[in-house]
Amino acid sequence: MNIIVCLKQVPDTETQIKIAPDGKSIVEDDIKWIMNPYDEFGVEEALRIKEKFGGEVTVVGLGPKRVTEAIRTALAMGADKGILITDDALEGSDSLATAKALTAAIKDLDYDIIFTGQRGIDDDLGLVGASVAEFLGIPHIALGIKVEIADDQSSVKVHRPVEGQTLVIESPLPVLITAQKGLNEPRYASLPGIMKAKKKPLEEKSLADLGVDASEFGEAARKLKIIELTPPPERKAGKIIEGETPQEKAAELAKLLHEEAKVL
Amino acid sequence: MAQGVWAIAEQRDGELRKVTYEVVSEGRRIADALGQELTAVLLGSNIKDKATELGHYGADKVIVADDPRLDPYTTDAYTAVIAQLVEANEPAVLLMGASAQGKDLSARLSARLGVAMAQDCTAFQVEDGNFVAIRPIYAGKAYAKVAFDNSWPNMATARPNVMAVNEPDTSKTAEIIDANVDLSDDALKTKVVEVIKDESGRIELTEADKIVSGGRGMKGPENYKILEELADLIGAAVGASRAAVDAGWRPHTDQVGQTGKVVSPNLYIACGISGAIQHLAGMGTSKVIVAINKDPDAPIFQKADYGVVADLFDVVPALAEEVKKYL
Repeated sequence: MNIIVCLKQVPDTETQIKIAPDGKSIVEDDIKWIMNPYDEFGVEEALRIKEKFGGEVTVVGLGPKRVTEAIRTALAMGADKGILITDDALEGSDSLATAKALTAAIKDLDYDIIFTGQRGIDDDLGLVGASVAEFLGIPHIALGIKVEIADDQSSVKVHRPVEGQTLVIESPLPVLITAQKGLNEPRYASLPGIMKAKKKPLEEKSLADLGVDASEFGEAARKLKIIELTPPPERKAGKIIEGETPQEKAAELAKLLHEEAKVL
Repeated sequence: MAQGVWAIAEQRDGELRKVTYEVVSEGRRIADALGQELTAVLLGSNIKDKATELGHYGADKVIVADDPRLDPYTTDAYTAVIAQLVEANEPAVLLMGASAQGKDLSARLSARLGVAMAQDCTAFQVEDGNFVAIRPIYAGKAYAKVAFDNSWPNMATARPNVMAVNEPDTSKTAEIIDANVDLSDDALKTKVVEVIKDESGRIELTEADKIVSGGRGMKGPENYKILEELADLIGAAVGASRAAVDAGWRPHTDQVGQTGKVVSPNLYIACGISGAIQHLAGMGTSKVIVAINKDPDAPIFQKADYGVVADLFDVVPALAEEVKKYL
């Protein structure tokens, strides 16, 4: 089984988001960049499948040079090789352009399964996985929390939680699966793993290397245009419920929820 | 020139989902602001009787694609059918709910059509005749206003529980149009082989009108019983913080926050949750927030409309008794 995992870097979840003076981007100083948590589930699942069935895991990252760190992390976890798609012309690309670049890098590789995170925890769009599958002309299954590969390695069953139920979806290979929390517990890279990762192949590719036209990428080519970013609506601290005992406080709270907030 | 607003209806087992009413209602408002027609699009098997109701919520037309291969939902079949309908009719705006189905379908469909897609929006506006959307990013730590450049239809999904539902008007009738379903079996690669129903019987978090949520302060999985009792009384879903999920007390599907579900109920009761930034990001658009926590300095109180500084193990059972007065 040859598996590809797409990954990106995102600001650590602890990050306080500050809007830049241009009003359209965020301040990136002091941000700690991490591998997108949902992509990490994809890396882990790829490694588990490889351990069971053999084959090779290739991670494909896209973004500035710093994304190398996330690729190295995946290599240290046990992935075999990495590809970084990096090009100044990619800066500001939207999901469609990102998916096009990933597709260009993946299409000539040998793969049975592709993993992406179910969404990036930065833009929260969740479009790239399905778009890569569409551009490659293969099926996708979103929100995988369990992946079962058939013994003959020709198909896969994926558990996909939706509102109030879990669907078990079967697909022939190759397939793209987007990883959801619950799929697995990602391993930590071991020290020997980190040492080995330094020697694993990591190839950088520009848009020209991928044979695509740079004018289809970047800020100017965005189809979804950002007009402005704003802080979330202010929420003011409200009332602290008074009362001598927990019972009195509970009674007062229930009364306010009924009479004032009108939600009971 | 692309013309008209489309609202994709979502049904399960022949019943329209709540988010469908939200999307059709919002679609009506956008269609009015643009001075265009609203068309609802309903896919499924033996679902034609549901089309009339969509007219009551404001659809001028309802396109019905009725075929056994459209039940249950599969990405492959729905993408193929809707893409064909879009190409034949050229709508200007295409909306659906940001449910599990809507997020999946919108992602694949937007790639097939090669158009911009705004996921999980909390507001739509028409400015100078252009459709724009407001959507939380970084799990609500910032909001982005987005426009759709030279890209038709403008595609967007609406966060469940946010858009107001119109009063149904049974005197309004929509023109019902049967769509030709042209599906080649080759295009249908994925299939649903099993459906595992959740056992709790409680409403799912993203659809819930009320949520009772517990964090580290619950001290253990056995104590969620008191939250479940309160939740069952008021018809709420039960959520959890990441700390509780990572401790193995609650399933991953219950997690509210940046790496879990983003919820928007009318009432969110946070019990023993300190209010880490990642959790606040996931529930900050709730209409009324109640915090119950022993620690008066817990950050959650900064976001709460009503704060109770006390031991949740005293307050929650007492609250369960008190709410009975108002049910």
